[in-house]
Amino acid sequence: MARTEYVGVDTIAGPFLMLGDIRGVGYDELVEITSADGIPRQGKVVLVDEGATLVQVFSGTQGLTPSGTRIRFSGAPLEIAVAPSIIGRTFDGLGRPRDGCGPVLGGERRNVNGAPINPMARLYPRDFISTGISVMDTLTTLIRGQKLPIFSGNGLPHNRLAVQIATQSHLAGAENFAVVFAGIGIRHDDAAFFTSRLQESGQGNNLVLFLNTADDPVIERIATPRLALTAAEYLAFDLGMHVLVILTDMTSYAEALRELSVARGEVPSRKGYPAYLYSDLASMYERAGVIRGGQGSVTQLPILTMPNDDITHPIPDLTGFITEGQIVLSRELDARGIYPPVDPLKSLSRLMKDGIGKGYTRDDHPGVSSQLFAAYSRTQDARALAGVVGEDEINETDTKYLAFGKAFEEHFIAQGIEENREIGQSLDMGWYLISMLPAAELTRVTMEELRAHVGGDAPK
Amino acid sequence: MTAESRVISVNGPVVRAFGTRNMAMRELVRVGDLGLLGEIVRMEGEEALVQMYEDTQGLRVGEPVKGTGGPLSVLLGPGLAGSIIDGIGRPLSALLKEEGAFITRGVSVPQLDLSRSWEIRAEVSAGDVVTPGNLLATVRESPLLDHRILVPFDVSGEVEYIVPSGFAKGSDIVARVRGPMGRDQEIRMTASWPVRMPRPYAERLLPDEPLVTGQRVIDGLFPIAKGGVAAIPGGFGTGKTVTQHQLAKWSDASVVVYIGCGERGNEMTQVLEEFPSLEDPRTGRPLMERTILIANTSNMPVAAREASIYTGITIAEYYRDMGYDVALMADSTSRWAEALREISGRLEEIPAEEGFPAYLPTRLAEFYERAGRVVTIGGEHGSISIIGAVSPPGGDFTEPVTRHTKRFIRCFWALDRPLANARHFPAISWTESYSEYAGEVEPWFEAHVDASWGRLRDEARAILAEDEKIRQIIRLVGEDVLPNDQRLVDLTASLLRNGYLQQGAFGPDSFCPPEKGFAILNLILTFHRTAEKLVTAGCPLSLIRNMGELVELIHAREIPAERTDATADLGRRIGETLSRIGSERIAPEGRG
Repeated sequence: MARTEYVGVDTIAGPFLMLGDIRGVGYDELVEITSADGIPRQGKVVLVDEGATLVQVFSGTQGLTPSGTRIRFSGAPLEIAVAPSIIGRTFDGLGRPRDGCGPVLGGERRNVNGAPINPMARLYPRDFISTGISVMDTLTTLIRGQKLPIFSGNGLPHNRLAVQIATQSHLAGAENFAVVFAGIGIRHDDAAFFTSRLQESGQGNNLVLFLNTADDPVIERIATPRLALTAAEYLAFDLGMHVLVILTDMTSYAEALRELSVARGEVPSRKGYPAYLYSDLASMYERAGVIRGGQGSVTQLPILTMPNDDITHPIPDLTGFITEGQIVLSRELDARGIYPPVDPLKSLSRLMKDGIGKGYTRDDHPGVSSQLFAAYSRTQDARALAGVVGEDEINETDTKYLAFGKAFEEHFIAQGIEENREIGQSLDMGWYLISMLPAAELTRVTMEELRAHVGGDAPK
Repeated sequence: MTAESRVISVNGPVVRAFGTRNMAMRELVRVGDLGLLGEIVRMEGEEALVQMYEDTQGLRVGEPVKGTGGPLSVLLGPGLAGSIIDGIGRPLSALLKEEGAFITRGVSVPQLDLSRSWEIRAEVSAGDVVTPGNLLATVRESPLLDHRILVPFDVSGEVEYIVPSGFAKGSDIVARVRGPMGRDQEIRMTASWPVRMPRPYAERLLPDEPLVTGQRVIDGLFPIAKGGVAAIPGGFGTGKTVTQHQLAKWSDASVVVYIGCGERGNEMTQVLEEFPSLEDPRTGRPLMERTILIANTSNMPVAAREASIYTGITIAEYYRDMGYDVALMADSTSRWAEALREISGRLEEIPAEEGFPAYLPTRLAEFYERAGRVVTIGGEHGSISIIGAVSPPGGDFTEPVTRHTKRFIRCFWALDRPLANARHFPAISWTESYSEYAGEVEPWFEAHVDASWGRLRDEARAILAEDEKIRQIIRLVGEDVLPNDQRLVDLTASLLRNGYLQQGAFGPDSFCPPEKGFAILNLILTFHRTAEKLVTAGCPLSLIRNMGELVELIHAREIPAERTDATADLGRRIGETLSRIGSERIAPEGRG
């Protein structure tokens, strides 16, 4: 059906076009804009009013002229075509093919904004995903259907960790596993790293890529994660696949949102971010989970670089309030050459408690993890004290904690980039480390577990 | 071509409508061809501003706006208990049946299933004279809960008709009352109530009975009264939601209203899956039977999040009026405040602190003041306790929502980041938290648990407070330079922290009756008093510290509550070991 085309706009300001009184335009509708030189761009309606219609142009308004710009309203919001054939494809930040293989044929068009999952339709996630990384499996367990972000900083190996998780958890996921990767304002190098590493590890055949690189239009970034999640929901809930969605870098997303909000002249909240940043982030992070009676699942692994490593910055702060935990990378551990530099004390998996222990991983898992947390936390106190009075002056218990902390970091946290440890192996290492401490310090494991495990043989 | 009242502007969740002269402020309206729900929040001449409870995507200028003739209301009646509804009162089970796994827009579902049949017992007879709040009939809502159908607040007179005992449907008339002017008034099993209007009561009472929560740190150190208000502030990951869940599970309220306001979908699912299989420790019935869940997850429309708090408190008041003790958990009030902020911003109101509207404290006060212990219109005693979670950005308690909330609550359970990082849960800080109810509920505990309840509480708090200072010194110079008595305080404080204050949310320790909590506290403090005497007499602390019984003492919480003999035995053995140490180390010197 041909739709009316409008020629000419009243105002061009920042990424926005203002048009006069146009009837029949819906809020959030997708718009096609053609400049005088004939190059098309896309935008969406952000305000409809009797006197004016405001359109936000994804790729920016540069080169548009008030009289020569032609505008066509699509009558529908931004959509993406989904079909089984999207697997293995690469799209740009607005969902256009980037791999030269032509459009997705025969696909069903889906609204990228999605719809909230009815909590009654959800199945509470309980299936343990073995990532093969001790510090994650034991202390911040990833659960199928969880949203667990990596809080990182510039220069920390979050990309390597994400790839290792994607690769190793694939092994356990068997056939119907897919990775959807959304690169939001990432460097070309990072994009290349992800694609090549995932392809090398045999994931190329079940990988869907959405790439908005750092030099692509900023405003497109608002759409990129939503496209990726719509594709992921299709793969999970229509095709029954277990989908791992990697969204990186959410900081770039939030910054794009701020840019847009400021351009619209909205009242800013903390650090200039719009008041609806929480709701906006939630509209994406909540698109993870398992649906009752369905086959597949969407697990989210968003990555965000904390500005100045500040965890109280609005982006990580609001993210942490929405997601089911966080994996925090530590610059200090990284500097000491420990990979993955996961700071266990700041990291957390909220869904872990129901997906570990008897019937899930191993009976003693809750006790061991709790004891390791407590002991490592106490180690920090012992270190602080040793830093003041010297290691020779501290008492016997604190000395034992220092030894524990060193072994914990160098043998338990640290592991090879391709090393895949079984959960049982990780837990045994945990017991070995715990038993370096006096029995009176072991307050988190039960008396029964103590008798069963402490004093056992040291694992290799 | 356009309807009489029509949309003239759409800006996210705020819609401007024209031709609304006949509608009322706060009227619920249906907007657009889809019939999206919204509420009028401002009226200017021919125009009205509507805050939308559903997503406005695709809404066009010129689409019709229709009034519904009344404000946002919730239908109250049997069937609420055990159900889960969204922020504006629609049952999620009905939405699931209508629309499938994803929540779509413009759906109209009945708030209660009126065709369901209930076991009912008439409590008055024809000819009786009734006044507002009188009991007319009792409906068996669940084996745990008798649902009392009361005479509405504006009805009194002689009962003309009363439903016969037996079974009746939700849509049935329960009674007909002839008023003083000879006008017949029909009373149905269900009734609608506007959520923003507090339900009346006769008189307020002072809270004097604790809401027993089964959490040692709360019952023991910072108790909340039935009818009290408490806030749990904490940064992300400090355990607000787990604590709220614990209270919803174990507190001795008759009805629990749990509002998931702008939080995670999976958390609501967890409650839905977990509560039906958990038993109320007092009645042995599934906890879900007394629970009403209100789910407005973070990705649902923001205006409905604003409304969910009022929907919840109205339901709580409804059950309070029946004479029940109701506990309401709001997780999280910060998301609610942010919804206010977001809508306020879209309405282009002048912001006060950090973008929040200037009326934020007023709204908070209105909400928290709907709690309390009251004499109902019908003369019963009922209460609402509110426990509100607060999510301060960056864990900073000086931000506006936490700061204003502190003005209206009397019990403050501050969640502490370092404790959470060390996985000390519940991470309720014993230095920053307070409870103004402690003194008011102490007589109850002393009458029902032990006469020395208050004394032990003071003793424990004094030790913990002193240890804070001692630990600062230890952090600087180490433990070895301290005198033995101070090291003993540190040892006892560590026993208190690890053996008493800490409590797992899962497994058998999840619920700790006050008697058991008291027994553990008594063991630790008795040890402390005895050990203190030894230390004063010159006994080295290392001997006491290495006692094997101390490991057992830390694990005393693993002893089942009914095994009071095992607890007593442990206490006896600790006493024996201490007296042996004393006689070996001190007595000879005494002789010499």
